[in-house]
Amino acid sequence: MIWKIFLFLLLAFVSVAGISFPIVENPTRWYEFPLIPGLEENAKIIFFHVPTAWLTVIAFLMSTIYSFKYLRKKNLDDDVKSYAAAQLGMIFCILATVTGAVWAKFAWGSYWSWDPRQTSIFALLLIYGAWFALRSSIESEEKRATLSSVYSMIAFVTVPFFIFIMPRIMSGLHPGSADDSNAGPVVNFKMNGNMQLIFFLSMIGFTVLYFWMWNVGYRSMLLKEKLDKKLIRG
Amino acid sequence: MNKKAYSLFLKDFKSELRTRYAINALAMFIIVAISVILFSVGNEKISASLTGGLFWVVIFFTAMSGLSRAFVSEEERGTTLALQLVAAPTTVFSGKLIFNIILVFAMNTVIAILYSAMFEAFVIQNFLLFLTSFVFGNIGLAVSSTIIAAIIAKAGAKGTLYPVLAFPILLPLILTSVQLTLFAIDGISFERAKFELAIVVSYDVIMLTASYMLFDFIWKE
Repeated sequence: MIWKIFLFLLLAFVSVAGISFPIVENPTRWYEFPLIPGLEENAKIIFFHVPTAWLTVIAFLMSTIYSFKYLRKKNLDDDVKSYAAAQLGMIFCILATVTGAVWAKFAWGSYWSWDPRQTSIFALLLIYGAWFALRSSIESEEKRATLSSVYSMIAFVTVPFFIFIMPRIMSGLHPGSADDSNAGPVVNFKMNGNMQLIFFLSMIGFTVLYFWMWNVGYRSMLLKEKLDKKLIRG
Repeated sequence: MNKKAYSLFLKDFKSELRTRYAINALAMFIIVAISVILFSVGNEKISASLTGGLFWVVIFFTAMSGLSRAFVSEEERGTTLALQLVAAPTTVFSGKLIFNIILVFAMNTVIAILYSAMFEAFVIQNFLLFLTSFVFGNIGLAVSSTIIAAIIAKAGAKGTLYPVLAFPILLPLILTSVQLTLFAIDGISFERAKFELAIVVSYDVIMLTASYMLFDFIWKE
């Protein structure tokens, strides 16, 4: 219980700090952020947009890990865990796309410009969508679990290309693309000390939030299955 | 193992030649697709880069229309069980893969020839680059399409689900191949396109490995 309170306080602090701390040329006080050339005011999205994109990849990774476990042990609980992870992954993927599009309106002038990173998050949305479509088309439980696990693993092979390779080698508008002078504010640490701190706190807070949501999600699904079976057996 | 895979391929090939369902349907589909593009473009002058992109659109949709037959026809005819008894999973996959590779090469050669005939802007300046990207792109297309065909053959909604599942998997290949086709049209030298070629070749290798490793799980009930 206590860690939930901590999580709430952490995320509240990160949200308030991320939105309200001013961005100035030469930060002197502890609550000021530096000016990153090219981003200026809209750099604050980094505290919310990057964690959602990061969580999409983490969720997909976990979905694939549990798919792999299912293929080895054929334990349907692993399939439920994989499903819970994929549900959350889909939500965070939509959030990353939307926050990115909103930021793009301010930074580049239009919501969608088929920039490589926008294309790759869209491809990730398609992968998730296809996975759910496949699952809903199969009746039998074991077959559904087996086929969706195989598809998840095949799709995961393309994910590192989409998220880490393609947007950095192709020329585009997003920070960190081949056009940019560096690898982006996250990898090249254009942020100063306290901005980095808020950023990492945000990442940690969101990750813990994800694991908590996933845990609650799969436990409730497992309990529901157990109750359904009890009802049927009477 | 290779002999068995080859004889499986021969079985499919001969039955296809006898009935010619797939070949006719695919040929008509190619003609229809190119006609639709011609009609929609009308008298507009389209740039060379646009024809390069449209080339891969036709390839993708023809592949989606024709490549699932390898496994779906077995399910429809009820011969899956016999196939499971007769050969090991890797042999079955190899046989189907050879069939699909031959089909993809035949299909894409026809598309390329028709395309260059219909669109004057589609002129390849660096033919060696085009040929290399053609060969490796086709292999990648065949590998990914075959494994996804195996998945949907066991699922329910075969026709509609196939492009939905295959598109995200094929996307890295399509993006890079379009880039390479544009390079070939513009006459970019082989040396400068090595990076994109490396991506396509690695895609082929990775998908081939993943498909062989995962096919066992799909095939065994």
